[in-house]
Amino acid sequence: MISLAGRDILQSWSKFVLTGIGLGLLIGVTLTMAGVYRGMVDDAKVLLNNSGADLWVVQQDTQGPYAESSSLRDDVYRALLGLPGVARAANVTYLTMQVRQGDTDVRAMVVGFEPGQPGEPGYLVAGRHITRNHYEAVADIKTGFQLGDTIRIRRHDYHVVGLTRRMVSSGGDPMVFIPLKDAQEAQFLKDNDAILNERARTAANPSLNRAGVPGLLEAIQSSQNANRNVNAVLVQIAPGATAEAVAQEVRRWKHLQAFTRVQMEEILIAKLIATSARQIGMFLVILAVVSAAIVAFIIYTMTLGKIREIAVLKLIGTRNRTIASMILQQALGLGFIGFLVGKTAATVWAPFFPKFVLLESGDTMRGFVAVMAICALASTLAIRAALRVDPATAIGG
Amino acid sequence: MPGMGFGIRIEGLSKRYGEGDTAVDALKDVNMTVAPGEVVGLIGPSGSGKSTLLKCLGAVIEPTAGKMTVGDEVIFDNGWKITDLRALRRDRIGFVFQAPYLIPFLDVTDNVALLPMLAGRSNGDSRKRAKELLEALDVGHRAQAQPSQLSGGEQQRVAIARALANQPPVILADEPTAPLDSERALAVVRILNDMARQFQTAIIVVTHDEKIIPTFKRIYHIRDGKTYEEAGQALH
Repeated sequence: MISLAGRDILQSWSKFVLTGIGLGLLIGVTLTMAGVYRGMVDDAKVLLNNSGADLWVVQQDTQGPYAESSSLRDDVYRALLGLPGVARAANVTYLTMQVRQGDTDVRAMVVGFEPGQPGEPGYLVAGRHITRNHYEAVADIKTGFQLGDTIRIRRHDYHVVGLTRRMVSSGGDPMVFIPLKDAQEAQFLKDNDAILNERARTAANPSLNRAGVPGLLEAIQSSQNANRNVNAVLVQIAPGATAEAVAQEVRRWKHLQAFTRVQMEEILIAKLIATSARQIGMFLVILAVVSAAIVAFIIYTMTLGKIREIAVLKLIGTRNRTIASMILQQALGLGFIGFLVGKTAATVWAPFFPKFVLLESGDTMRGFVAVMAICALASTLAIRAALRVDPATAIGG
Repeated sequence: MPGMGFGIRIEGLSKRYGEGDTAVDALKDVNMTVAPGEVVGLIGPSGSGKSTLLKCLGAVIEPTAGKMTVGDEVIFDNGWKITDLRALRRDRIGFVFQAPYLIPFLDVTDNVALLPMLAGRSNGDSRKRAKELLEALDVGHRAQAQPSQLSGGEQQRVAIARALANQPPVILADEPTAPLDSERALAVVRILNDMARQFQTAIIVVTHDEKIIPTFKRIYHIRDGKTYEEAGQALH
C-alpha cells in the first residue's frame, strides 16, 4: 500500500517545509528556554565546583555567600583550621559590581581570594595565576577583557594577567578574581569624604578623644578604617572526614553557619534560581500550548482543504484508519521537520546568548517525544473532522 | 438486453427522509434492471430523486424498503444483507463523478492502482492492472503525470479507469460528461460503452446532457421518485 501521507507531503513539499520551518523556530525557542534553565543550573554547579570547597562557612543565620549577604571576621579561618577534619580553610569575598575598562564597564562578580588557597580559579585558558599581593586580576573570558588589559575596580587599576572560562556567578555574571586584601578594600572601604567625616565625628566625641590618654584617638580611627571582614570561609575536608560532621562542629562550637556542597546546591538551585525556573517553566508550558495550537490549526486547515478527496477515498472503500493514519503521519512529519529545524536553530543561536545555554541530549530526547506527542494530540481535531466526512458528499445532489 | 443474468437489479426500492408530517418520499417503488455489458441512462429533472437513487445504489445511504441485487448476490432486502458496505463499494461498485475527483497528490497510475491496493493486492499487481486500463483508455502515455497536468477529457478517462480497477459488476456514473464539450462528451460515452462490453460491466449514467441522451439504448426517466423505462436509439 502506498503512503498517502508521504505522497501528499511530496506533492506540496514547499508548503509543508515552510510550515515546518515556522513551527521549528517556535520549537527552537522552546528548546532554548529549556537550555537557559539548564545553563543556570550548570552555572550554579560550576560555581560550586570551581570554588574547590567542601564546606562553606558563613555568618550565622544567613544563607550566604551567594544567596544572601554574609559577613565574617577574617580571622575566623584560623579557628576553623583547628577543628578536626579540616584540611584547608581560606577567606573569600564576593562583590557584584560594574568593572570599568576605559570608557566602558562590564557587570562582573569580583572575587577576592588568597592565591594558592580554595577559591582560586581552577584553570586558566591564557596567562598565569596571580602572583603579586596587589593589583593583578584574572578574568573570565566572558568579560571581554584581554591579557594585558588594565581594568578599574573602585579606586585602583588592575592588570589582567590571566584568563579563565565558565567562571560565572549564579546570576550569570562573569567573574574577576583579585587578591583578597584588594577585594576587602574594594568591598568595605569607605570613600575619602566618608572617612574624613567619620574621623571628625570620632574626634568630636569626648569619650573617644580624651585629653589624658595620648594615642587613643589614633588607635580608634585606625581601627575604623581597617577592613577585617570577608563574606565566607571555604573549607576543604581532610581525607576520612565527612563534610556534614565538620559542618555540625562548626555550627555547634563556632556559632557560624556551615553548608555542605549538597546543601549549597540546594540553596542555589532550589532557592536562588527557583523563581527563574518557574518563570521558564511557565514559558515552556505556554510555548507547548502555542505549538500544539499551531500544529492543530495547520493540520486541520490542510485536512479541510482535502474534504472532497477524503469523501472520494471513503466512497471507494478506504478504511477510516487509513485516512486517520494519513493525517496522523502528516502531523508527525510536520513535527519531525519542526523538531529538526528547532534543534538546529537552537544549536546555532545558543552561543550568542549572553547567558550560558546548555542543550542537554536528555532534554533533546524529551523535547522530541513531547513534540511528537503534541503533534499526535493536535491531529485528533483534524482526524475527527475527516472521519465525520460523509462519503455521500462525493456524489453530490 | 446484452449478456446473461443481472449486473444490477432493483425491485420496489423506496427511500423516505424524515418522519411524520415532515416525511419526504424521495424514491417510490423504483424498479430497474441493467445487464452486464449494458449502459443505461438515468434522466430526470433536479429534485427528481436521481442523486438519492445513486446514493442508495452506491450503498452510502440506506433505502427504506425494497430489494437490490448486484451480480448474483442480494445486497439489500428491506435491510442491508452485507455487513461491510465499505468493501462492497470498493470491490463491486465503481464510481465516476461529474468532476473526475482524482486524488491530487497521487500520479495517474497510483490514482487507478489505489483501489486494487485497498483491496489487498500487491503494489506491483495493482500498478500493472492500472497501466493496462490506462492503455485501454488511451491515456497510458500520461501514466506518470499528476492529475493537474491532464486535460478534462484525460482526467475523466483516468476516473473511468479507476472505476474499473477492481472489475466491479456495476459502475455508477454521475453526470460524467457535464464539464466536457460535445466531442469529448461523446468520446466518454463511447469509452463507457466499450468498457461495458469489454469488461461485462453494467453501467448506469445519470445525466441531463442532451448531447449524449440519444446514445443510450435504454433510458430510465425518474420523476417524483418514480422510474419509467423508455427504449432509446443508440448511436453505436
